[in-house]
Amino acid sequence: MSAGNGNGMSVMHDEVLEARAPWAHVVEPGCTLDIIDLEGNQAVDCILYNADDPAERYSAPDTITAQGNIFLREGTQLVSNEGRPMMTITATSCEYHDTIGGACSKESNALRYGFHTRHEHACVENFLLAHSWRGMGKRDMTSNINWFMNVPVEADGTLGIVDGISAPGLSVSLRAHMRVLVVISNCPQVNNPCNGFNPTPVRLLVRR
Amino acid sequence: MADPATGSGTTDTSTTLAARDHARAQGTRQVEHQPTVPPSAATDVVDRTGAAIAPERMLWDDRVPPGGVTSRVIPRGAVVRLTDIDGDACANVLVYNAAQPLERLNVADTVKVQWQAYLGAGSLVLSDMGRVLMTVLADTSGSHDALCGASTERSNTARYGSGGVHGSHPNARDRFAVALAKHGLDRRDLVPNLNFFQGVTVDDDGALRFTGNAGGRGGYVELRAELPLVFVVADTPHVLDPRPEYTVGALRVSAWRDEPTGRGDPAWSATPEGERAFLQTEEFVLTMEAAR
Repeated sequence: MSAGNGNGMSVMHDEVLEARAPWAHVVEPGCTLDIIDLEGNQAVDCILYNADDPAERYSAPDTITAQGNIFLREGTQLVSNEGRPMMTITATSCEYHDTIGGACSKESNALRYGFHTRHEHACVENFLLAHSWRGMGKRDMTSNINWFMNVPVEADGTLGIVDGISAPGLSVSLRAHMRVLVVISNCPQVNNPCNGFNPTPVRLLVRR
Repeated sequence: MADPATGSGTTDTSTTLAARDHARAQGTRQVEHQPTVPPSAATDVVDRTGAAIAPERMLWDDRVPPGGVTSRVIPRGAVVRLTDIDGDACANVLVYNAAQPLERLNVADTVKVQWQAYLGAGSLVLSDMGRVLMTVLADTSGSHDALCGASTERSNTARYGSGGVHGSHPNARDRFAVALAKHGLDRRDLVPNLNFFQGVTVDDDGALRFTGNAGGRGGYVELRAELPLVFVVADTPHVLDPRPEYTVGALRVSAWRDEPTGRGDPAWSATPEGERAFLQTEEFVLTMEAAR
């Protein structure tokens, strides 16, 4: 992934988001956000909002029913709760991404792993903090995307977060169709393989 | 021509008193799809064992027409029975903790925590706060959906030519929005929902496969409220239902008083994740009641 403008695009924003951290940024229509999995198998939890009307937000059900498939791949349109495309996956070197596994929370970690995890940091904590920066809150929590995370569904319905299919340097590129507030939690989870049991930084690049 | 409101051959609404008589004459009419008020008048309700529900236990009984919506606040412990009257309902369900409606259904946690995408008897309906909102007590259908959400005006318009709730193809999302508004909630509270009686499965390659109705006429699902709930159900065609016409059967919603799942109940300890969810629910009730 080149940070330069060899393909005729100029860099608007270039940041390495540290492990476990929240991030929020408005991506203007026509701009592309690259999310780069620097060290490999780092889940990046992500919610999209219409920056001009955050009641319109990313919807996992609308996205998967629009394409008839649960996996997010190159070409997938990320659809809002109003049925409108918010962003398109224009490229991804990781074969597919998850959108049914949700975001980890202190509360759900306690169910999945035990009460000893109740005070561990979690993605919902990051989302709620990022929301607090903009006057948003828990009512704005909704379904999310898990970039670089692998959640297969077996024939009998068994599903789970299993070993990732990402690798160091793999990336996903998202072109915005509206002013999109992108809110990210660089997932701090250490109780399942979504981060290879080792949360790491990711690079976030916005190009015009 | 007969008066469509009263069925009578004469209509006089020329004065206030005549208009009042005309309105009052309609009061005893009954239609196929309407609530039973008072609910104790619903004397034909049975539970999953076939036992009749005593009238004094009845809390709610409503026959929802195809395309319709209904909602109530129901107490902890109550049993809600969804009956697929025509064998073709699609019960789009949203659930909130009535004590703090910021806490609500989370379909991702529901499937992830239970390691299972398909709901059935024994499934728990989980909130975004790690608690049990409802327990599925019985299920004669076995064909449901926790992934695909609800139709929108846009999706129904694309499929059927129109989608507004004022028209003949009402969409689930707007049905929800209006029902939620009556409980002080708005579109930001309108999270992904569950669908009962219309199933979807996932193929190995991730493709969604609509499997439709399996329980047939009279199929039912019984759920227990494990917290005080705002329970909302819209009966609209599943968003992946391939039939070209707007097709959905009527839905009956009945609820009666009962006790929440307690320690010692097999459901409490069926799985380690579920047991911790019941414990976190119990902890919430403990502090909520102590704070009263």
